[in-house]
Amino acid sequence: MNNEKKHWLDDRANIKKLLHWFYWMCAALLATDFVFHRHVLHAWENLFGFYGIFGFVACTVLVLVAKEMRKALMRREDYYDDQ
Amino acid sequence: MMISSLPPFAIFYIGAVILALAPRGARPWIMLLIPVAGLGNMATLDDGLHLSFALFDFQATLLRVDKLSMLFGWLFHIAALFGAVFALHEKDLSQQVSATVYAGSALGAVFVEDLISLFVFWELLAVSSVFLIWARRTAKAYAAGLRYLIYQILSGVILMAGVLLYLYTTGQNSFSQLSLDNTASALIFLAFGVKCAFPFLHTWLTDAYPEATPTGTVFLSAFTTKVAVYSLARAFPGTEMLVYIGAAMTCFPIFYAVIENDLRRVLAYSMINQIGFMVCGIGIGTELALNGAVSHAFNDVIFKGLLMMTMGAVLFRTGKINGSDLGGLYKSMPKTTTFCIIGAASISAFPLFSGFVSKSMVMAAAVEEGYAWIWLMLLFASAGVFHHAGIKIPFFAFFAHDSGIRVREAPINMLIAMGIAAGLCLYIGIYPWTLYSLLPYPVAYLPFDTTHVLTQLQLLFFSALAFTWLKLTGIYPPELISTNIDADWLYRKLGPTLVKNVRVLYLRAIAPMRHAVNEGGSMIAQLTQRWYGENSGLGGVQTVGATIAIALLFFAIILVWDLLAA
Repeated sequence: MNNEKKHWLDDRANIKKLLHWFYWMCAALLATDFVFHRHVLHAWENLFGFYGIFGFVACTVLVLVAKEMRKALMRREDYYDDQ
Repeated sequence: MMISSLPPFAIFYIGAVILALAPRGARPWIMLLIPVAGLGNMATLDDGLHLSFALFDFQATLLRVDKLSMLFGWLFHIAALFGAVFALHEKDLSQQVSATVYAGSALGAVFVEDLISLFVFWELLAVSSVFLIWARRTAKAYAAGLRYLIYQILSGVILMAGVLLYLYTTGQNSFSQLSLDNTASALIFLAFGVKCAFPFLHTWLTDAYPEATPTGTVFLSAFTTKVAVYSLARAFPGTEMLVYIGAAMTCFPIFYAVIENDLRRVLAYSMINQIGFMVCGIGIGTELALNGAVSHAFNDVIFKGLLMMTMGAVLFRTGKINGSDLGGLYKSMPKTTTFCIIGAASISAFPLFSGFVSKSMVMAAAVEEGYAWIWLMLLFASAGVFHHAGIKIPFFAFFAHDSGIRVREAPINMLIAMGIAAGLCLYIGIYPWTLYSLLPYPVAYLPFDTTHVLTQLQLLFFSALAFTWLKLTGIYPPELISTNIDADWLYRKLGPTLVKNVRVLYLRAIAPMRHAVNEGGSMIAQLTQRWYGENSGLGGVQTVGATIAIALLFFAIILVWDLLAA
């Protein structure tokens, strides 16, 4: 595999670059809450950064709870095979 | 244009017969031709009821053409078409025939106008589809297929009971809106619920779909559950219970999806999550909600089909499907990777991708109708779906750590099929008005206003930010080779264990009795031996003289007895 083509993503620096772009885009999206007034259907939506914060918290909670669920739910791969 | 009233299923059933008789080399092309011919027929269908005939004391109608049935009709033809292209390399006759009959049965079910015919196609759906699971030809697939079949037949039996009761009590055979206030309707509702994968009734889906063949799963994911969604939309719009069932369906599977290793099983869980949005929309029941529900069904078949195809291609090329075994495949399968990302963006409802234009209608309807907590649950599920289907699927299959697997790109027919589905995802996402014109109610909804686009982007980007943070800090749970227990534990573990234990207990309880019977038995045997055995007086060997003497003795006794009695 020595002569395999080196891919752009193989370089750690490129991944860093990509992540920085991503962080800036998150910040920019959050900043639109200062300038843009949403037409809303529900009062919660008026909170600053509601959607961003909700998305971040929701996913973190999702992953942490799922991780805890593993303790109760996870079995060997052949768990059902010994019947 | 000539107006036809050929029911769409007929083309598929006739096609299946031709397919079975055709030479091997021609079969894949015939399979492709069937949905093309079907699309041509669809274009000539005339609104209204056709093909009615008397069935026992009732009226059966095989063809009801209206907006709702036509929407699913177009959809199932499209799914059958990209499925056939994806399976063009397939030489297995049983899969080709069963997939064609299966697609035809789905079309039959959405076009019939009466309950008896619905039941017939409901059962045909079950029986034809199971061969797509068994065609994998592994012991695991065989067992999962059997469990799948039991569930599907169960749904059919409940439907039959409900329909018979309904016919008996109302004298009506028409399949139209029902209210949930009588036993007959409740049974029909439950039968739909099994096929729709309601919570606790969902395990046939997550159990069996990932065990089917790479091409089989593409067909399976398109039809069964969407026929159920259609049936709910037809019979139970505005049934409030569906709002809560749907919301539960959007939320619980995403936890499983995060910790599941088999990537096709992740997609199966995410399928329940997407059906949840549809069920919720049907439950809300306003025009906006129903439009949202059925258009989301339309989009889901296409983007879920696309994702199943990309994972099918990965399985086909690498022979592996567990997240823990894969990674870095973007190097050898770059086109499949691109298609997967398009599917992932669509299911995550990124603006300009198909999921966005339909799911947002259900969400908007939930807020409008005052279901604030339900709306929050749907929002949570939206963030979650991006997390497990939008990021996890492409990330662990094609990126993550390089597994070192080097394979060829997917075969050209698979790439074309994925291309068709990806093209549709983009087309509907960018220009939703074609889809909107097919919906049952006029659409006043504007998907691309600034609020919708910005809020959705914020939600998705910050969900991705959470993934990035959890991954970089190592909190994100690794992909582990494992089985996660779900409701199927009840009948795959608890049930068999109980039966086994009951048997042991039973044997233990009857042991003394058995002992007594054995003892008693051997005692009787000994006594018999003693009295009638070869050494006993009666059973032993006698001389001829002794035998005659005994006979004469008995004769004398009888004679005397007779004389005395006279």
